[in-house]
Order: sequence, then structure tokens, then C-alpha cells
Amino acid sequence: MTDMAKPANTNRAIRPPRSQWWDVWDQFKTHKGAMFGAAVFVFIVLFVVIGPLIWQVSPTEMPQKALDLIRGKNLGPSWEHPLGTDQLARDVLARMMAGGKVSLAVGLVAMVISITLGTTVGVLAGYFRRLDGPLMRLTDLFLALPLLPLLLVMVMLFRDPLGRMLGIEVGTFLLIVTAIGITSWMQCARIVRGEVIALKEREFVLAARSIGTPPIRMVLRHILPNVMSPVMVAATLGIAGAIITESALSFLGLGFPPDFPTWGRLLADGADYLQDQPLRVIWPGIAISLTVLSVNYIGDGLRDALDPRIRGR
Amino acid sequence: MFTYTIRRLVLAIPVLLLISLIIFALLKFAPGDPMAQVPMTVPPEVKAKMRAALGADQPLIVQYLLWLKQFFIIEPLHILGTMTGYDLVGNAQRVISWQTRSPVADIIAQRMPQTLTVVGMSYVVGVLIALPIGIVSAYKQYSWFDQIGTFVSMIGFSVPTFFTGVMLILIFSVYLGWFPSIYDTTLVVDSWPHFWLQVRQMVMPVAVLALYNAAQISRFMRASMLDNLQQDYVRTARAKGMTEQVVVLKHVLRNSLIPVVTVIALGVPQIFGGAIITEQVFKVNGLGALLINAIYADDLPMVQTLTFIFAILIVIFNLIADVLYGILDPRIRYD
Repeated sequence: MTDMAKPANTNRAIRPPRSQWWDVWDQFKTHKGAMFGAAVFVFIVLFVVIGPLIWQVSPTEMPQKALDLIRGKNLGPSWEHPLGTDQLARDVLARMMAGGKVSLAVGLVAMVISITLGTTVGVLAGYFRRLDGPLMRLTDLFLALPLLPLLLVMVMLFRDPLGRMLGIEVGTFLLIVTAIGITSWMQCARIVRGEVIALKEREFVLAARSIGTPPIRMVLRHILPNVMSPVMVAATLGIAGAIITESALSFLGLGFPPDFPTWGRLLADGADYLQDQPLRVIWPGIAISLTVLSVNYIGDGLRDALDPRIRGR
Repeated sequence: MFTYTIRRLVLAIPVLLLISLIIFALLKFAPGDPMAQVPMTVPPEVKAKMRAALGADQPLIVQYLLWLKQFFIIEPLHILGTMTGYDLVGNAQRVISWQTRSPVADIIAQRMPQTLTVVGMSYVVGVLIALPIGIVSAYKQYSWFDQIGTFVSMIGFSVPTFFTGVMLILIFSVYLGWFPSIYDTTLVVDSWPHFWLQVRQMVMPVAVLALYNAAQISRFMRASMLDNLQQDYVRTARAKGMTEQVVVLKHVLRNSLIPVVTVIALGVPQIFGGAIITEQVFKVNGLGALLINAIYADDLPMVQTLTFIFAILIVIFNLIADVLYGILDPRIRYD
């Protein structure tokens, strides 16, 4: 017994101190799909963030002369335009970069809104017994709403007023991320509530309460850090969901305005020219699918890496 | 079980009322005007009368109660009346579409069959594909079949349906010319060639939705089979000398189907939501296309009725899923 313990002890003395996150990272590295997904996701992020600095063609600029417009539209791939041009002679590669930036931004911001809402509701419902009933009924009510039709209706109703107030781009962006956020927090709230209820019965919470920790510090210091893992998994999957929802809205014509590129919008526009220029549909479609696929694989890997029962095996 | 079902049904009423109120309140902000499509030459006082005839000049609470009465009393009575041949409603005001000036229920009744054939068929096909895939990939966990199944289902729910739909059109309509890219709803199936046409035009929309559904259900099937395969009763069954076929298909499969059946029931209303996109891609003029067109045309009664019908479907199938769970699994008792 002692013999067994000795090497481990010396080993630990030699190794630098490690936080939990190093263990998580080690486990994450063993998940091939997740590593591949992370690499693809980083590549896509670089493509939309660094890409426009290298490929400095305006995504919205059209030729001034009518003749150039007619000559330059619907071109196939060439050195001048690696992915060709669209029906208004705009560069598709530049539009893919600009569209990706919007799509990813929508995904991230909508995820943050939905996770914040979900975690707040979940923690409140799990920690304060009086709020549990009403908040969970509210969650059930939201789960019973037909979300896609309601999203469409919300965009239809508020796009123009908000666009007038804040400018069409900012207004639509805010509307879409808020709409996606407030229609996708329910799963997160349920998961967090379950975790919080289980945590509340643990000894360390009892210990903290017995030295008189006020509820706010209790939640922030003791409860929240312990529900981080399921929240992080829900967050990754939330990005994927939000990107798909945004592109679906844009595809149905109820997302961003027509001259404002997002991947869903580019796909919808390209669908009209499917017969002559199939690549214009394929590029944004592949971009959406690859992003969502990579994010889903990252979520898969995170789920395994954050589960201490699997970690270290 | 029976009392539980009754209690859930009664509880569903306030939930539905609340949902209808939310939808109604949301639409209250709509800029839509029922007179938007009436020509400018119509004098304002005539327009006011037309507005009054549609009930659009009443206070909101009156409009809401009126809509409730129309939706829950008059429309069901009308449906009952057309089925039995008696005139039960007389001249009572029905829910009127602002777009076509005809009762919303009649338009929905026209569109329903298209959605049900395409969506219903795709769900059945999806389930039929998903179950065997889930069973085999759980039984042969980490085999090449399982790896491929995992990858395909990952693709199934990562690739949005509008992209798979457009890709199928590109490959099978544009390049190969096997299937028509537009769904022809005027087609009457009365002979074998027409039946063949109907099958050909249904292949692609059904395939798109079926792939999406199969991806999700096969994952559930696999997880549930894996849970059950490690149970003690499986070892006991094998120890008794039962053939592998009986152990897997009788003991394990039956038990693993319990959660899967509820997942299948829960997915039914979602498929109507997903069908909105697929119907748009393939130009199927079903309920989803009706909703999109109504949204574009600011046809509020239509949007409201359709959204509410989707909500009713969700509530009903949630209930069905819970009740099925109790019936299938004797360990679960709600009373």
C-alpha cells in the first residue's frame, strides 16, 4: 500500500501544480473528433476575422458603370475573384467572410443571452424553493410555444420599428439575437436547476451556510462554479443552434436585409441561381454545416472532458 | 392512469389559454392593417365599415375574447356541422383571413393534406430508418457500423434542412433529372402513372426530413439500447441459455423502446416547425408555406390561428408522451 503510494507522491512533487482545467484539456485532447472540430472552428474564425485583412475587397461594392456590372456579374471562379461574383458583380469570397462574421457574431451573442437567462432562471429556481414552482411553470410554458413560427412573427413585427430606431443593421442584429436568446434558454435552465438542487444537499454548501454566508455569495462563490461544466456544454451546443436558426430565418427572408450578407442570406440568394452557379449555394452551405458540425464535436468532447467520472481514464 | 390523464387534460386548458394570450399580445403590436390590400379608391367610411365587419375596431380584450369564441366554439361546431350535414352555426362570424376574406379553417383544411402526406411520411420513414440503425450500432458499439452511424447522425443534425434540400435539388433535379424540384399539389392520384409521379415528387422532401429525424431518433435508440444491454437481466437471460436473438430483440429492445417511443411522440409537433423550411425549399403549399405567406401578407388571423394550432399540437403530444410513458413502463405510476 505504502509502496504503491510512494512513486505517486514523488511524482506529484516533481510535477508543477496543475489546476482542474489542465486535466480537462488533457482529456479533451484525447477526443479526436473534438480536436478536429476545434481545429476547423479556429480555421473558420480566422477565415472571417483575419480573412478580410488579407482579401481587401469590399463585400458590398458594385461596379459604378452599368457595362462593368453586366460584364462582371455571375462570373465563375478566377484569380481576380476566387469564388466568382454574384448577380450584382460583388465578390463572393469577400461576401463569405463578411457573412461569416455576422453569422458567428449572432451565434455567440445569442448563446450568451440564452445561457445567461437559462442559468439565472435555473439557479433561482433550484436555490430558492419559493421561486421553483412559478419559474419551472414558466419554463414549461416556453417549451410549449411553437418557437420557429413565433421567431418568424417576432422578426416580422419588430424588424421595421427597431430598424427605424437603431439603424437597420444594428436593429436587426439586436432583434435576432434577442429573439433567438429568449426562445432557447429553457434546456439550460432545466439542466442548471437539476444540478443546483443536487448541490444544495452537499456538505460544503451546508458548511458555507453554517458560517453565515449570505445567499448572493453562496450562489456566486459556491453554486455557480460547480454548475459551470453543464453550462459550458450547453453553451457550445447553443452556438450551433443559434447559427442554424439565424441562417434559417435569413433563408426564409425574415433575417437580415438583402444587401447585408450572412451565410443563410447568401445561400438563399444563391438558390435562385442554382442551375447556373451551384457553387454559390454550396460555399455558404458548407460553411454553415462545417461550423455547426465542428461546434457539435467540440461540445461532445467538452462533455466528456468535463465529466470527472470519465476524465483520467 | 385515467385520472392522471384527465388531470393533465384539465391542466392543459390554462396553459393553452396563456399561450393564446401570449400569441395574441405579440400580434397586438403588429403594424398590419386588414385594409392594406383594399384599393385606395375605396372611401374611408366604407373602409371603416369593412373594418367593423371584421371586428378590427373593437377594444383588444373584446377582440381576444371574440377570437377565443370563434376558435373554440364556432369553428369546432362548423367542422362538426360539415361532417354530420347539419347547420349548427348559422351565420355566426368565423375566423376570417384578411388575405383571402374566406374562413381560415377552410384554407387550413385545404392545405393540411399536403403537409400531412409529406411530413407524416417523412417521420414514418425517419423512424423506420432510425430504429434498426440505433439497435445495430448499440449492439456493435464502436464497430465501423457504429462509427459511420455516429458520423452520419452528427451530419444529420448539423447540416440545416434548407442546405440538404437545395443540394438534393441540385443533384437529383438539375444534374440527373430524376425528380421534379417543385412539388405539384394539383396532382390527382387516380392512375398508376400519376401515382408514380406523386412518389417521385415526394422522394426529395421526404428524404430531407427523414434524414433529420432519423439522425436524432437513432441517437436516442442507441443510447437507450446501451443502457439496457448492461443491465443484470440481460446477463440472466443469457445465462438461462436464451438465443442471442431472443435476448436482444425481445428483452432488450422492448425495454429500450420505452423512452424512444416518448421521444418519437415529442418530436411530432417539432416536425411541423421543421417542415416550414422544407416546404419552402420544395414549394409544397402546405401549412408551413401558408404561415410564411400569411406573415409576409400581414394576415394576422391566419398567423394567429396557425401558431396556435402548432401550440396545441405541442401540448397534446407532450401529454401523449407522458401518458405513453406511464402505460409502457409499469414501474412508473403517476397516481
